[in-house]
Amino acid sequence: MIPKLMQYVVLPTVQAQASRRQFLLGVFAAGTGIAVGYRILAASPAVASGTPADEAGPHTFSPYLTIDGDGKVTVLSSQFEMGQGSYNGLATLVADELDADWSAIDVRGVAGNVKAYGNVAFGGAIQGTGGSTSMVTSWERYRKAGAAARAVLVAAAASEWGVPPAEITIENGVLAHPSGKTGGFGAFAAKAAAIPTPADVKLKQPGDWKLIGNAKLKRFDSARKANGTEQYTIDIKLPGMLTAVMIHPPLFGAKLKSFDAAAARAVKGVVDVVETPRGIAVVGEHMWAAMKGRDAVTVVWDETAAEKRSSQELMSMYKDLAGKAPTAVARKDGDVEAGFAAAAKVIEASYEFPYLAHAAMEPLNAVARRNEDGTLEIWGGHQFPDVYQTLASQIVGITPDKVQLHVMKTGGSFGRRAVFDGDVVVEAVYIAKAIGYRAPVKVQWTREDDMRAGRYRPAYVHQLKAGIDSSGKLVAWSAHVVGQSIMAKTMFDGMVQNGVDPTSVEGANNLPYVIPNQIVGLTTTDVGVPVLWWRSVGSTHTAFAAETFIDEVAEAAGRDPIEYRLSMLEPQSRHATVLKLAAEKAGWTKPLPKGRFRGVSVAESFGSVVAQIAEVSTDGKGGVKVERVVAAVDCGLTVNPDQVRAQVEGGIGFGLGAILGEEITLTAGKVDQSNFDAYTPLRIDAMPVVEVHILASANPPTGIGEPGVPPVGPAVANAVYKALGKRIRVMPFTKTLNA
Amino acid sequence: MVTLTINGNEHQVDAEADMPLLWVIRDLVGLTGTKFGCGMAQCGACTVLLDGAPVRSCQTFVGDIGVAKVTTIEGLAGKVAKTVQTVWADLDVPQCGYCQSGQIMSATDLLTNNPKPTDDDIDAAMTGNLCRCATYHRIRAGIHEAAKRLEA
Ligand code: FES
Ligand code: FES
Repeated sequence: MIPKLMQYVVLPTVQAQASRRQFLLGVFAAGTGIAVGYRILAASPAVASGTPADEAGPHTFSPYLTIDGDGKVTVLSSQFEMGQGSYNGLATLVADELDADWSAIDVRGVAGNVKAYGNVAFGGAIQGTGGSTSMVTSWERYRKAGAAARAVLVAAAASEWGVPPAEITIENGVLAHPSGKTGGFGAFAAKAAAIPTPADVKLKQPGDWKLIGNAKLKRFDSARKANGTEQYTIDIKLPGMLTAVMIHPPLFGAKLKSFDAAAARAVKGVVDVVETPRGIAVVGEHMWAAMKGRDAVTVVWDETAAEKRSSQELMSMYKDLAGKAPTAVARKDGDVEAGFAAAAKVIEASYEFPYLAHAAMEPLNAVARRNEDGTLEIWGGHQFPDVYQTLASQIVGITPDKVQLHVMKTGGSFGRRAVFDGDVVVEAVYIAKAIGYRAPVKVQWTREDDMRAGRYRPAYVHQLKAGIDSSGKLVAWSAHVVGQSIMAKTMFDGMVQNGVDPTSVEGANNLPYVIPNQIVGLTTTDVGVPVLWWRSVGSTHTAFAAETFIDEVAEAAGRDPIEYRLSMLEPQSRHATVLKLAAEKAGWTKPLPKGRFRGVSVAESFGSVVAQIAEVSTDGKGGVKVERVVAAVDCGLTVNPDQVRAQVEGGIGFGLGAILGEEITLTAGKVDQSNFDAYTPLRIDAMPVVEVHILASANPPTGIGEPGVPPVGPAVANAVYKALGKRIRVMPFTKTLNA
Repeated sequence: MVTLTINGNEHQVDAEADMPLLWVIRDLVGLTGTKFGCGMAQCGACTVLLDGAPVRSCQTFVGDIGVAKVTTIEGLAGKVAKTVQTVWADLDVPQCGYCQSGQIMSATDLLTNNPKPTDDDIDAAMTGNLCRCATYHRIRAGIHEAAKRLEA
C-alpha cells in the first residue's frame, strides 16, 4: 500500500532531510542500523536457542529460516501478513529451493535486522510491507535462503553417510542416497546449521520448480483460519495483562484540556484512567470494563487549532481550485495549448472522490510489556517495524535494540498499519508508561475508534479535458488533480519533488496511451484530516478518472472503447495484451443478453497491468447490479497462481464496495460515520461472479495485493453508462444513482 | 457469578448481566476464535450458536442467556460443520481469516437448515457476515461445494 518507492531513490533523499527532522534522526541516524538489528535478532528466542547442542532446535540457517529437530521448517518473513498471502508466497520460494515437505512449513514474522529484511523496493534502508512489493523484495532473497539451507543439509548428510554430496537427493523433506540411506531434515538440522552457508548458491531452473507456479498448491494457513486457532494481535493474552480503550480527540487537531475520571474509576473492573499524548486511556481488567469505564469519563477539549471544516466545504474548495491553474506540474509533453486549439472537438469532465476508511475487520490494536531487565516488547501489526521500534524506544527512553517487536498477523490492514507516527503501536507504549509499566497492556480500538481515527484515503477532485481531431485521434489531454498529499511532512517528505507527491498522481502521469500533447497538474491542499495510503493508493482515483474519461473520448470519437484504446497502445505492450485477453474471455464482441451491459478498463499499478470487463444488469427502476467481472492480469511470473486469483477477486470486491457505497464525511470537522451501519463495504449479495485470467510470463514477479483494485470502478462505471446513460463522476455511485 | 455452558463445559464467570457474551467468551473464558469486528451486530465476526441458532455475541448479554448452550468455533462439531471447515481449507477461502469463524458459523447454520442452497439463499443467509478481504466469491463456491460433499 506504499507506492513503488524504488523509482524515487529513497535513501539519499531521506538522509539529506535527516538533520531537519528529529524523527528521521531517530530512525535513520541513531540507527536501527545493521549492527543493532543483528543484536535484536540474536536476542530473539528462535536464534538464541539455535545451537547445535540443542537437538530440538530451532536451528538457524540464515535470517530467513530455521529448522527444528523434528524437521519443521519455519520461514522468517520480513513481510507482514494481513491476508494478502505474503507468508505463503515467501514460504513457497523457500520450500521449493529446499525441496521441503510443504505440510511441515510454518511462517513467522520477524523484524529488527534491516540488512536482512530491508525492503529492496524501498531502497533497502527500511523494512516495510506495502506497494505490493513482497514478492519483488523477496524473490531472490528467499529462494537463495532455501537453496543455501539445502546445500548445508546435503553437506551434513554427506559427511555423516560418508558419501559425495552430489549423490544425495532431496524430495519432500527427505534426503536420500542410492545406497538406501534416508533421513529427514530434522536428523541433520543441528549439524547443517553449524556449517557456514555457501556465499553463492545455484538456484533451480524454472522447469525444476515444484511449488513455484503450481496452481494446485494450497495455502499453508487456511485450516487454522477455518477452525479459529489463527492468532491475531487481538488474541494476545499475557499474564496479568490489562486492556485499555482510548478516548481520542473528537476533532482532528483538538487538544485535551481537562478530564474527570472519578465516576469511571468507580466502574467495576476499571483499573486506571491515564492521560497520554494521544488522548485518555481507560485501563481495565478486560475490554468490557474498559469500555464501560470510558462511558463514565467526562472530558473538556481545546478545539482552537482543530480542523473544523465539513467535507462539503472541502469539496467545494477543491472544485474551485480544480478550475484554476495547478500549483505543480507532474508531466508535460508537447504543446498542450496548441493541441487543444487545433482539436476538432474538446470535452471536459470533473470527478469527485471522498475520504475512504480502511476499516480492516480487526480494529487496530497493540500490546506492550516492559520487562524487568528494562527491555520492551510490543505485539502488533508491524507494517513499518523499524519506525515503530525507534519511536517506542524514544518514549521509554531506551535504545532501539532494547525494543523487541513481535510481528503479529492481523485481520486486514489495506495500508492502515503502515503509519509514520506509530499510531496505535506508540499508544500501547504510552499507556504502559503512564501506568508505570506495572502490567502488560493491550490497547484495543473499537470499530468507532478505528473509523474515526483518520488516516483516510484522501478526498480528491480531478478536472479532465481532452481534444480529438477530426479523425477522432486524441491530440490533447490535460488533467488537474486536487487533494492532500500523503507523504508531505512525513518521513517520506523527501519524495515530494517540485511540489509533486508521486502518490497523488500515480496512474495519471503515466497513462499508457500515445497522446502527443498532455499536461498533468497537481494542487496539493492543506487540510487537518490525517491521510494515508489505501489499497492501490493513487490509482484508487487516477485510474477511475482516466479510464472513464477515455471512455467518453472514445464515444466522442465514435469508436469502440477497446478498439480505441488499442489504437493508442503499442500492439505488443502489456496493456494491449491484457485488454485483448480480457476481451476474448469476456466475449466482448458477442451480443449480451437483454438487460445486460458491459464496460472495460485497464490500469497499471505496482508493476502489474490488469484489464477488467464488467457486466451489469438493471432492475428497471434505476438500480444496477454488477453481475460479472472478467479480469486479465499480467503480474509477471506467478509464484502462487491461486493466490493471484484470490487477490484479484478480493481486490475487485474491495474496490467495488468503495465506489458503490463507501464514504467518510465530516460535519464541522467531526467524522459522521462510526460503524458499518453508515460506512458500508461490499457484502456478499453485491459480489459479482469473478473470473481471473493470468497471463503466462517469465518476467520477475510484480505486485498483486493491490493491482486488482483500480480497474473495477471505471469498468463498472462505463457499463453503468451503457445501462442508464448516466456518467458517474461523483463517488460513491449512490450519489448519482439515487439522485 | 454466572454459570454458562460453552462448548459443553460449564464456566463460572464474574460478569454483570449487561456484559456482552463476546467479551465473556474472549476475555473471561479465554476462547479467542470468536472475533470482535463492530460491537453492534453489523459484521457477524462474533457469531456463535445459542442452542444451535446463530446469534451475534456482541449484542447477546449474559443476563439473557439463562441455561441456553453456547457453541463457539472451538466447539463446532458435526458432519456439516466439519465439511464446511474442510472445504474452506481445500478452496483456500480465507485471506486474513479474521471474519472466517463467523462465516463458518453462518454457513454451517445455512447448510444445516437448507442442504441445497441457491446463490440467492446464500446471499440472504450470509449478508450479515462482512468480509473486508471480500472473499465472498469463494464463500459462495465453498457453500456449494460443501453441499455437494454432504449430499454424496
Ligand atoms: S462484532 Fe458482533 S456483529 Fe460485529
Ligand atoms: S478473510 Fe479477511 S475479513 Fe474476511
